[in-house]
Amino acid sequence: MLYREAGQFKTSYAEDMAIFPIRQDRIALAVLLAIAFVGVPLLATFHIWPFRTDYLLWAILLPFLILALAAIGTNILVGYCGQISLGSGAFMAIGAYSAYKLATGVHIPLAWLGFAISIPPLPVLASILLGGFMAAGAGILFGIPSLRIKGLYLAVATLAAQFFFDWAFLRIPWFTNYAPSGSVNAPALDFFGMVVRTPVERYLLCLLFATVMAVLAKNLVRGNLGRQWMAIRDMDIAAELIGIRPLYAKLTAFAVSSFIIGVAGALWAFVYLGSWEPLAFSIDRSLELLFMVIIGGLGSIMGSFIGAAFILIAPIMLNVIPTELGLPLSTQTITHLQFIIFGSLICYLLIKEPHGFARLISIGKEKLRLWPFPY
Amino acid sequence: MRAPDTNEILLQVEGVALAFGGVKALRDVSFNVRKGEIRAIIGPNGAGKTSMLNVVNGFYHPNRGVITFKGRTRAKMQPFEAARGGIARTFQNVALFKGMSALDNIMAGRTLKVRRGLLWQMLRYGPALAEEAEHRRKVEEIIDFLEIETIRKVPVGRLPYGLQKRVELGRALAMEPDLLLLDEPMAGMNLEEKEDMSRFITDVNNHYGTAIALIEHDMAVVMDLSDRVAVLDHGVKIADGTPDEVKKSQAVIDAYLGVAH
Amino acid sequence: MIALGQFLEVLIGGLMSGVLYSLVALGFVLIFKASGVFNFAQGAMVLLAGLALVRALDLLVANGLPLWVAVVLAIGFAAVIMAATAWLIERFVIGPLVNQDGLTLFMSTIGVTFVIEGAAEMIFGSDVYPLRLFPTDAWFLFEGLFPGGILVNKLDVWGALIAGVLVAGLAVFFQRTKTGRALRAVADDHLAAHSVGIPISWIWFVVWLAAGLVALVAATVWGTKLGVQFSITFLALKALPVLIIGGLTSIPGAIVGGLIVGAGEKLAEAYLGPSIGGGIEYWFAFVLALAVLLVRPQGLFGERIIERI
Repeated sequence: MLYREAGQFKTSYAEDMAIFPIRQDRIALAVLLAIAFVGVPLLATFHIWPFRTDYLLWAILLPFLILALAAIGTNILVGYCGQISLGSGAFMAIGAYSAYKLATGVHIPLAWLGFAISIPPLPVLASILLGGFMAAGAGILFGIPSLRIKGLYLAVATLAAQFFFDWAFLRIPWFTNYAPSGSVNAPALDFFGMVVRTPVERYLLCLLFATVMAVLAKNLVRGNLGRQWMAIRDMDIAAELIGIRPLYAKLTAFAVSSFIIGVAGALWAFVYLGSWEPLAFSIDRSLELLFMVIIGGLGSIMGSFIGAAFILIAPIMLNVIPTELGLPLSTQTITHLQFIIFGSLICYLLIKEPHGFARLISIGKEKLRLWPFPY
Repeated sequence: MRAPDTNEILLQVEGVALAFGGVKALRDVSFNVRKGEIRAIIGPNGAGKTSMLNVVNGFYHPNRGVITFKGRTRAKMQPFEAARGGIARTFQNVALFKGMSALDNIMAGRTLKVRRGLLWQMLRYGPALAEEAEHRRKVEEIIDFLEIETIRKVPVGRLPYGLQKRVELGRALAMEPDLLLLDEPMAGMNLEEKEDMSRFITDVNNHYGTAIALIEHDMAVVMDLSDRVAVLDHGVKIADGTPDEVKKSQAVIDAYLGVAH
Repeated sequence: MIALGQFLEVLIGGLMSGVLYSLVALGFVLIFKASGVFNFAQGAMVLLAGLALVRALDLLVANGLPLWVAVVLAIGFAAVIMAATAWLIERFVIGPLVNQDGLTLFMSTIGVTFVIEGAAEMIFGSDVYPLRLFPTDAWFLFEGLFPGGILVNKLDVWGALIAGVLVAGLAVFFQRTKTGRALRAVADDHLAAHSVGIPISWIWFVVWLAAGLVALVAATVWGTKLGVQFSITFLALKALPVLIIGGLTSIPGAIVGGLIVGAGEKLAEAYLGPSIGGGIEYWFAFVLALAVLLVRPQGLFGERIIERI
C-alpha cells in the first residue's frame, strides 16, 4: 500500500486536528496496538517465539513501557516547557515510596498534639495514582524556583531535589516502615479482586497505563496548555505579553510532568522491581530519562517511546552483536562503549536534529509521501 | 483617510518617566490614544519609542507617571495583565515561538479566550473539542485575512522575515485586542510587502475598530496611515497632532535634520 | 575549650575541603565566562586528567625513571591529553553549536561528560588508582590551647596554596595577556569580537584548555586525597552549588562559594547531622544553593542580568 494522502479530504477542523490526520498512519497505529494488546499476550501465554521464555517480557517490554511513561513525563517538562530537570529519578522515587506508604497504611504520630494521623491501607490502584499526586505536589514545590531562575540554575535546583530525596528515603526509616535492610517489598497487586502476578498480566497492566497516559498527555500538548508550555519554552517574554501567566504555565508543566513520572515510579517499584531500595531512583536514572528524551525527540510523545526503546536495546545489542561476530566484549567494555555511544549520539542529535529520532522518522515519512519524486 | 469613529479616549499616558541607571529613556511623556484611531509614534533612533510601548504593556515599570487604559488607572502591572486588559503587541525583532508552527503561534494568541481547564483539555472530548474547533475557526479567519493559508503548518523559524511579521500580527489579532501596539511593522520589508502590511493595518482598523499605536520609520507610510502622530526625541515629546501639523512643526524638522540642541 | 577546639577543627577541615570544590568550580567559571556554556563535563575532565596522570606516572616509575622525572613527564602527558580533549570538544561540539540557546549547550555537555567518562575509563582503566604527589599526614596545631590540638591535613594546606596560586595566575592571564583580553572581549559579545578579527574558535580552544588544566590541577589534589576513581565525578557535582552561591561569572565567587559550602556542610554534619539521621553532607550544599537562588538568583558575586526585548 502506497503512503499517499491524495483523496483524503478533511471536511472539518476536528478532522484536521486529529493525532494522525493521514489514514495510513492510523492503520499502522491500529496494527501496532493490536499487536501490543492481543498479539503479544497471546504469544506469551502460549510461549510461542519470540516469547519462549519470559525474557523478552521481563527484561525489555516491561521496563520499556514504564520508562517510556517516565520519559513522557520528563519530555513534558524538558521538551515542551523547556525547563531542564536532573531530578526525574527523585520524582519517580516520591511516586514509589508514597504509593508504598499509602498501600501499607500511613501512621503519623503527633504526640505533642495529643493525636495521630492514621490512614488505613489503600487499594493498589488508588495508592499508585495518589503516589503520582504526591510527586506532582513535590514537583510544584521544586518548580517554584523556576519562576525566578532559568535554565541552568534550575538544573541545580532539580539536583537539590534529587539528592535530598535520595537521602530522605535512605535515612528516614519511617518511609521504609522501619525495614532493617532499607529495602521494601511491594504489596500484592490486587485490582478490584483481580491479582496481577504473571509477567503477561504485569505487561498488560503497564501497557494500559502507558497507553492511556500517553493519549492524555498527547491531548494536553496539542491543546491550549501545550501551546502555553511551548510558548514559555520558545520565548517566555513574548508568551507573557500575549497573556500567558508564567506561574500557571510552568507549575502545570511541573505538576503534570511529575504526576506522570510519579506514577511511572510507582509502577517501576510495584510491578517491575517488586522489592527495591533508593538506589533504584538515583541520579543515573534521571540522566537516563533525559537521554531518552533527547535521543527520542524533545517535544514529542512518540519520541519518548522511541528514546526509551533505544536506551534499553542498545546495551543488549552491544552484548549480542559482538558475541555473534565471535568477539565477545567484557561487561565493563560494554558499559564504557555504551557511555561513549549515548554521549556522542546526544551531541550529534543536538547539533543535527534537536527533535531526535522522532523527527528523523517524520522526515522519512515526508520523503515517502512524495516518493519517487524528490519534491 | 478616515476620521476616528469617536473622540473617546482609550489610553491616556500621563507624565511618564523611565530611567535605566543614569540613562533617561523617557522624561515626562504624556499622550493619548482614542478609540478606533491609528496613532503613530515617530522619532529618531534612541528617542524612546520602544521604551514607550514597553511601558504601556507593562514590560517596563515607569519611575513616574500614570497610565489609564479603558478608564482604569495604574502605575505598575505585569505584562499578562496588560494582555488581559486588551493590549496586544508585535515586536521590532519578531518575537515568535520559533519551534511552533504558524498555526500554533496564532492559536497561542487565543490563550486568554480559552475557557476549558486542564482536565477538559486532557480529555479533549465533547465541549473541550468543540471549543478547540471554535478557536481554530476564528484563527483560520485570521489566517485567511492575512493570506498565509499555505504556510499554516510550517514552523515559523523556517519562514522568511516578511511572513514572520505577518504571523506575529496574526498572533496579536487572535487576542481580539482593543489596542494593538505595532513596533516597526514594516522594518526590513520591500515595497510590495510594505503595501500588503499597510493594507492589513488599515483593514484591521476598519473591520474590527481596533485602535492601533505604531512605531514606524517610513514617513510616507506614517503620514498615509495615521490619524495622529506623536514625535519623540531624546525621551521628550516634541510634537503631537495630525500628520499635516507635525510635518510643519519646526521642532520636528530640527530633530530629524539634526540641529544642535 | 573542648567544644571550641572541636568547632575550630571542623571549621578548618570544612574550609579546606571547600577549597577542593573551588578548584573544580574555577574550571566551570572559566568556560561560563568566556562562552556562556554551563559545562557539566568539568567533573569528567577532572577524572580524565587524573587517570591520564596516574596511569602515566605508574608506567614511568615502573620502568625505572626517577620519581621527579616521571612526575614531570606524566604531568606533561596529562596536559597534552587535556589539550587534545579541548580541541575535540571545540571542533566537534561547541563550535557547531555556536548561537544555540544555553539549554542545548548544557545538554550537549552532558553528552560530552558521558563520552569523556566512557573513553577515559576504557583507555586508562576503571579501578581506584592511588596518587601520592603531596604529603597526606597531619599537623596538630595549638596543642597547648586545646587538648589534643587541632588536626589539620597537610594535603588540605597544599590544596589551599595551589588554589591561591591558580587564582593569581588566572587573574594575571585575564588582565595582562593579549589572549586573556581577547577572551574577555569574546565573553562580552562573541559576534562583535569576531568582527574585529579575534579568532573565536582559537579563543574557545584556549578556554577549554585552561579549564582542562585547572581540572588537571584539581585532579592532583583530589587524586591524592581519594585516589583517582570514578566517584570523583560525583564529588565534582558539588561544584555546581558552589557556583550558584558564588555567582556563575566570578572567580573570587568560586573560591568564597567553595569555602562556604565546605565549611557549611561539615558544620551541619557535625552539629545537625546526629539529630536528623546523618549523611546530610550529601544534600546540604544543594539545598543551600536552592535557598540562595530564591533570595539572590545571581549569587553573591554574580552580575545582575537586565533583560531586553
